Amino acid sequence: MSEHHKETFLTKYIFSLDHKMIAKQFLITGMFMGVVGMTMSILFRLQLSNPGESFAVLEFFLGEKWAPGGVLDPNMYLSLVTMHGTILVFWVLTAGLTGTFANFLIPLQIGARDMASGFMNMLSYWFFFAATLVLMYSLFVESGPAAAGWTIYPPLSALPQAIPGSGLGQDLWLIAITLFVVSSLLGGLNYIVTILNLRTKGMSMSRLPLTIWALLIVAILGVLSFPVLLSCALLLIFDRSFGTSFYLSDIIINGEALHNTGGSPILFEHLFWFLGHPEVYIILLPALGIVSEVISVNSRKPIFGYKAMVGALIVIAFLSFVVWGHHMFITGMDPFLGSVFTFTTLLIAIPSAVKVFNYLATLWRANIRFTPAMLFAIAFVSTFITGGLTGLILGDSALDINIHDTYFVVGHFHIVMGVSAIYGMLAGVYHWFPKMYGRMMNKKLGYFHFWVTFISAYGVFFPMHFLGLAGLPRRYYTNSAFPMFDGLTDINEVITFFAIIGGLVQLLFIFNFFYSIFKGTKASENPWKSNTLEWTTPVERIHGNWPGEIPSVERWPYDYSKPGADEDFIPQNVPLKEGETEH
Amino acid sequence: MQLTLKKNKTSKQLLWIGIVSIVMFFAGLTSAYIVRKAEGGWLEFEMPVWFTISTVAIVASSALLLFAAQNARAGRSATNLLLGTLAIGVFFTYSQVQGWDDLVAQGVYLTGEGSNASGSFIYALTLMHLLHLIGGLIALGITAVKSKQGKYTKDNYLGIQLTSIYWHFLGILWLYLFLFFTYA
Repeated sequence: MSEHHKETFLTKYIFSLDHKMIAKQFLITGMFMGVVGMTMSILFRLQLSNPGESFAVLEFFLGEKWAPGGVLDPNMYLSLVTMHGTILVFWVLTAGLTGTFANFLIPLQIGARDMASGFMNMLSYWFFFAATLVLMYSLFVESGPAAAGWTIYPPLSALPQAIPGSGLGQDLWLIAITLFVVSSLLGGLNYIVTILNLRTKGMSMSRLPLTIWALLIVAILGVLSFPVLLSCALLLIFDRSFGTSFYLSDIIINGEALHNTGGSPILFEHLFWFLGHPEVYIILLPALGIVSEVISVNSRKPIFGYKAMVGALIVIAFLSFVVWGHHMFITGMDPFLGSVFTFTTLLIAIPSAVKVFNYLATLWRANIRFTPAMLFAIAFVSTFITGGLTGLILGDSALDINIHDTYFVVGHFHIVMGVSAIYGMLAGVYHWFPKMYGRMMNKKLGYFHFWVTFISAYGVFFPMHFLGLAGLPRRYYTNSAFPMFDGLTDINEVITFFAIIGGLVQLLFIFNFFYSIFKGTKASENPWKSNTLEWTTPVERIHGNWPGEIPSVERWPYDYSKPGADEDFIPQNVPLKEGETEH
Repeated sequence: MQLTLKKNKTSKQLLWIGIVSIVMFFAGLTSAYIVRKAEGGWLEFEMPVWFTISTVAIVASSALLLFAAQNARAGRSATNLLLGTLAIGVFFTYSQVQGWDDLVAQGVYLTGEGSNASGSFIYALTLMHLLHLIGGLIALGITAVKSKQGKYTKDNYLGIQLTSIYWHFLGILWLYLFLFFTYA
């Protein structure tokens, strides 16, 4: 827990123990993986909108083997969908989002010199890096990467001989995800202990910024749910590699009956979704935290209903453990049990509505500053509403059965979880970039990035709901064999068009990011006039965060536009004036 | 002093939360066991005697470790007791392997023709417990060496405390698994 000390290139940039550098490592790895995952989606979207047509770009990326004559191979299509989901869910929106902002913000916002264990923190990144290498390596194996979907349902994932992607690619996927879980657990343990123990003087739990509350709850969710994913994967590894029958039963492949009896693929789904559903909130909650902070700062108003916001986070986290069955309504589940899961699922609407109401109430009659970060935060509220509303339909078992596994589901979860969390992440990057790199990002490019992203994201995912209502199934390589879907081709073309535009504009964001690291205008210590403690640290990065004493905290983080104050913000380390009451 | 106390507290918390995640891992596996058993086609078999011996061994090792911690607290050397715990821990590993041999002799297999999920579960669960226990053995070894080097004082014997927490947890986890296999 020492203050700043001399660093070599290796200890500063590679094997760094400094939480801020580790955060940047997570961010840049996450961004790289984001580009990979996004490119994959554009490649398979080309096939979906123009089935069987030849594209030079497909051959360029996938080679003669997987795109002969520029036409996407069906096996590679499945692999691309699988890897896109895996990369975005785990690598970008779990590690990229939480890894970045938990590492960066926790010590800075609670007033600590570093994490409880810098070493474990470093280890967390390097496990993540190893997981990344293994996953990337799987793209280049002869039989192709995993192809059973990011949810790796058996038997497709359990039988190495099923399809090419069930072979070595699936093994590597399982190794990568095991390394990933170890990384997440090491990180999560550290976040919890740091928040509970290393808060500076005066930083009571009721004065914690909402970002920290969200990150704390996410870490708890991770510690409770990732081990269950590991146990689920372990039994799958046993089935694949040792020939056990946990998930397999009565399988005949190429006329040959396998010895497996008595296994149950439904068992896999139960275990998987026990993690899988909390995982949705592991992705979403950090974004909720970031958005709370960004909205309050740029509304120049205290966040509306601080305690309700914390309560809603806790309730959402709790409920996330008792709703996994809504992913399994069509597995032959007892209808009564289905109705129980419907009930618990619909309950989530209550804390979610509390959050939305509070965001809107914070924005109401506010003196809003429309920075790029703020625009993304407001866009988050928009997608959280539109995506949340379709969640009500899917959460109801009677309705879900009709649209299960259609594009309605794809549209729903991409908006509420994918796009929302990406908006949260982008809001966070634009907002904290000055603290990360001591420079400002280009605002004009930021606005352009925002508007094109916002329009194209809705352009991609909104029409998917109509495809789903028309019955179009997800995960299919092509729908040309079903004449009833012929009329949907135009919609698919529109979606692909927006996907390409939305993808390209992210490259502009990446350009802005790297250009601004070196050439952006220099930032001041507190460019957004924000109250939280990270803005009291010097612009130049030092290990230990504050050159002298750590400031003590005298008030909550949301004293914006407080009546009687000289300015419209009062940082947390400013003592209460005589006669001034705390919010 | 203040800083050491804080470090000790955070280290223990880290371990406890880590233990919670291990509990979730085994809760996942044992609930899968229950769900799978309820579906029928479940082979019933006798628990090997060696697993009972394992149970006695791990309880004895925990008792020894309690005395080791007591010695450390009183400022006396804990080295021999730590080594004793380690020795019993190694014997536990041996007894587990013997237990697997017994299972094979009964015709209960992990995999292949004639295997059943009930057998596969018992191998998978005991193997996972054993892997965690090997971590405990390494911790015991390191603690014993440090104790021999005189690195623990009666005011600060964090290493012994952490190893104790983890080892006792492994004992309780084994007891849970043993009772679970016998009665669930």
